[in-house]
Amino acid sequence: MTDLLGSYIPIAIFIGISLVIGLALLVAPFAVAFKAPDSEKLSAYECGFNAFDDARMKFDIRFYLVSILFIIFDLEVAFLFPWAVAFKGMGWFGFWSMMVFLGVLTVGFIYEWKKGALEWE
Amino acid sequence: MDGFFSTYVWPAAIMIGQTLLLLVALLIFIAYILLADRKIWAAVQLRRGPNVVGPFGLFQSFADLLKFVVKEPVIPASANKVLFLLAPLVTVTLALAAWAVVPLNENWVIANINVGILYVLAISSLEVYGIIMGGWASNSKYPFLSALRSAAQMVSYEVSIGFVIVTVLLCVGSLNLTDIVNSQRDGLGTMIGLPGSFLDWYWLPLFPMFIVFFISALAETNRPPFDLVEAESELVAGFMVEYGSTPYMMFMLGEYAAICLMCALTTILFLGGWLPPVDVWFLNWVPGIIWFVLKATLVFFMIAMVKAFVPRYRYDQLMRLGWKVFLPLSLVMVFLVAVTLKLGGWA
Repeated sequence: MTDLLGSYIPIAIFIGISLVIGLALLVAPFAVAFKAPDSEKLSAYECGFNAFDDARMKFDIRFYLVSILFIIFDLEVAFLFPWAVAFKGMGWFGFWSMMVFLGVLTVGFIYEWKKGALEWE
Repeated sequence: MDGFFSTYVWPAAIMIGQTLLLLVALLIFIAYILLADRKIWAAVQLRRGPNVVGPFGLFQSFADLLKFVVKEPVIPASANKVLFLLAPLVTVTLALAAWAVVPLNENWVIANINVGILYVLAISSLEVYGIIMGGWASNSKYPFLSALRSAAQMVSYEVSIGFVIVTVLLCVGSLNLTDIVNSQRDGLGTMIGLPGSFLDWYWLPLFPMFIVFFISALAETNRPPFDLVEAESELVAGFMVEYGSTPYMMFMLGEYAAICLMCALTTILFLGGWLPPVDVWFLNWVPGIIWFVLKATLVFFMIAMVKAFVPRYRYDQLMRLGWKVFLPLSLVMVFLVAVTLKLGGWA
């Protein structure tokens, strides 16, 4: 158990030091640079004229659809990882059970394709 | 007290020293990769590229760093200030954090964890958060549209990268990055009588996956020809429109750190990591780290050439390539590789 945890301590240290480097870079111009803010400089950019309305508007449903499809397939990949690692000691039974799983997902994928969920005209 | 010092303080100091060494080396490498990118692009267009700061412009990146630090940091009045500043921090921290498990040579790795590739995959999926946060917090139209596009693009190619990694894992049987490299010591090359050569590496038996991984890596890191996130003619500078000064530089740093990580991953998964290309005594004598850096730089050279040659994709073409070409292709390849390994008696 201590060995397992011990191998992750370097990662915690690494992320900590990366964070410190990032913070140092982020804070540096606020400490060093000359600042002269005015209302025009601080307004949101929109090709030269004042912003029309709030930028957080409605967006296309397809972006949402893509993220749902991503969750399905990424989960599938997550299931494949342990299967692939254990593949060498696995018989035909283990092989075919994963193939059935992949087959079911492929049927779903074909359905999505035919329904036009993957179309971006 | 003496025991406390030798069990906790000393190992911690060594770990911090190693981490700093790797990070400083990485940042300097990125500075020169950035310069190389600009120089290669310029050379293809018959320009000279940056050549004023230092001999051949060698100090250009450091001059850029200085320039960014003394620039005025502007936070738009309508922006969500905390998220606005958190976004570049997240981007750069995650991009650097993934390097903790990358082995540069036999036993030259900060954290030799047994789920290495899973850690890299997890961290690189998190990188989309920096972009989404930046685009949302800016409260401006171009960054918002760009953040949406980018999120959809990155998750689309994440899936095929996952399948590519699974095909490699089928051949290796371990998630540890060091094991992945060591398993490339014998392969196809050994079978045809050239043991210890570049024919042993996985790029040859898994060639279609190598190509899919390379192209997906371009899309995943928003490199041209897939840089629709910041397609200059459409979205100005994408999610970075409202950023200036070092926050902007941190996005660029994060992007290049991610690109270098993809080069390193390609090297580890397909190009034999630190192994020499031919089994000859004077090549075996060269330290592994040199081979690793050479191979990663070669992959980066290919990425830079793609930027110079290939026109930008349209967004629907990008999504079609990801979902209708790469996803079915990599699914079929997972099946084929598994069947081949079973029937060939390797597993």
